[in-house]
Amino acid sequence: MLKIRNLESGYGKLRVLKKISMHVDAGEIVTLIGANGAGKTTLLSTIAGLSRASGGDIVLFDQNLKSSAPQEIVKAGCSLVPEGRQVFATMRVEDNLILGGYVQYQRSKGYCQSAELAAIYDIFPVLKERRDQLAGTLSGGEQQMLAMGRALMAGPKLIMMDEPSTGLAPLIVRDIFQIILHLREAGNTVLLVEQNAKSALAIADRGYVLETGKIILQGPAADLLGNTDVQRAYLGRDVDAATATCDI
Amino acid sequence: MTLELFSQYIFAGITYGIIYAIVAIGFNIIYNTTGIINFAQGEFVMLGGMTAISFNHYLPLPLAIICAVLVTMLIGALIEIAFIRWLESPSVLRMIIITIGLSIIIREMALHVWGDSVRALPYFSGNVVSSITIMGASISPQVLWVLAVCSLMVILLSLFFKFTSLGKEMQACAANRLAATLCGINAKNMVTFSFMLSAALGAVAGCVVSPITSSQYDMGTGLAIKGFTVAVLGGLGNSMAAVAAGLLLGIIEAFSIAVGFPLAFQDAIAISLLLLILFVRPHGLFGNKEAARLKEF
Ligand SMILES: Nc1ncnc2c1ncn2[C@@H]1O[C@H](COP(=O)(O)OP(=O)(O)OP(=O)(O)O)[C@@H](O)[C@H]1O
Ligand SMILES: [Mg+2]
Repeated sequence: MLKIRNLESGYGKLRVLKKISMHVDAGEIVTLIGANGAGKTTLLSTIAGLSRASGGDIVLFDQNLKSSAPQEIVKAGCSLVPEGRQVFATMRVEDNLILGGYVQYQRSKGYCQSAELAAIYDIFPVLKERRDQLAGTLSGGEQQMLAMGRALMAGPKLIMMDEPSTGLAPLIVRDIFQIILHLREAGNTVLLVEQNAKSALAIADRGYVLETGKIILQGPAADLLGNTDVQRAYLGRDVDAATATCDI
Repeated sequence: MTLELFSQYIFAGITYGIIYAIVAIGFNIIYNTTGIINFAQGEFVMLGGMTAISFNHYLPLPLAIICAVLVTMLIGALIEIAFIRWLESPSVLRMIIITIGLSIIIREMALHVWGDSVRALPYFSGNVVSSITIMGASISPQVLWVLAVCSLMVILLSLFFKFTSLGKEMQACAANRLAATLCGINAKNMVTFSFMLSAALGAVAGCVVSPITSSQYDMGTGLAIKGFTVAVLGGLGNSMAAVAAGLLLGIIEAFSIAVGFPLAFQDAIAISLLLLILFVRPHGLFGNKEAARLKEF
């Protein structure tokens, strides 16, 4: 579905992504893990067209999107749930969702807004309760759900999420991950960027490990979970804690 | 002060005040979608009035005004496309210099086209001497036109932002440009729309006041300062507060004459007020610090 070849990108003279190649197949959850500053957000922004790629190819459904504008990429069926949620704080929850459906009602006259909204409210019942509240007044977890709901309103085939669990209580994080699993069951494809490597690998089919702009490891999520390098670098505390208890 | 005189000053105050408010709303619309203060905003008012006067030589008044508004909108769009659109995340200082430069260019071009003579549109109804008595004040019917047209614009504008899909899209760009882009909204086009909308507002205001204040190539500068003061007074980006702030400034100015403040210093009131506000309450009279960051139309 999504194929990336030798992608290079950065900010001005700063090269962040160095020849990244990866792919996401239909129906998969693929997770991308890496330390702070590895370039995860940069990769997603480049796919979404927010930053320009300086080299390589981004192909979505045989359509080369490397030099497309962000709105064309959304139209092509690839939506991003950005880092930090980025809800329309001064607008109502429902207006946020309606705006998410913008490309759909641009695309076709047969677009039924109320049905789409109902589908989103089914996945996120809490948003229905809060539909008239200003989005800026929602809790962090609710804002994350709103950001996801808004992206889903565009009817994407591939949904990319940048650190959806940041700053959320473990219980809410579990809900969010549950919803991501549910999305896959409903036929969506997910590219998930996470700091929370353990939970991400637990729900993902495959994973990539990004370090200073390069992919250093890739493979089925279960293999990565068992990989000692990954354990040391990204699941570090768990390994140390485990050995510590063994020592005693 | 007699009641008649009092209401006379009040009417004078709200007439100017609502014009300031319209200029301020023009500032706010562009500020909200781009974060830019468009210092050429006053020039839109001038252009509206002057082109309407020229068209009025060949066309009946209503048609001349419509054409003038369309021409000004077109100029607004061209300005945005030529000077703003292609800039990648320009600094605020650069934008200020660009818009001030634009205002100078437009003014000089207007001087070239229309000369420095003072012109005016004919009164929309009645003439210079006709007057209506309201609450003891005798006022020109044109004052009612100004009040009616400007209030209508404010109402239509808030309906536009609340209920139309284009309005919501512009609001989305204002609330969070990145997110609007990710929803597939072309933020650059929204910026062009915001320039067209501001230009149209300014042009309509320029037409309705022309019979009272006359139009001249350099009228924009003063209006821009007043409008900017009002926008800051109300809290940048907040259009409903701008209406209140505009009326406040208009009424202060009117009564400053009443108490014998020299007419020549009238403009100093706005500037002193602006400085005072910037020192004391930079987020505006009606805003609070948090809301100053949450931009809203
Ligand atoms: N707008 C920007 N301008 C300049 N440099 C940037 C910009 N955004 C990110 N960078 C730099 O690019 C590098 C990669 O940043 P990026 O945000 O992609 O990391 P990340 O993997 O998402 O990190 P995190 O987990 O903290 O979100 C960093 O060194 C960062 O300083
Ligand atoms: Mg990031």
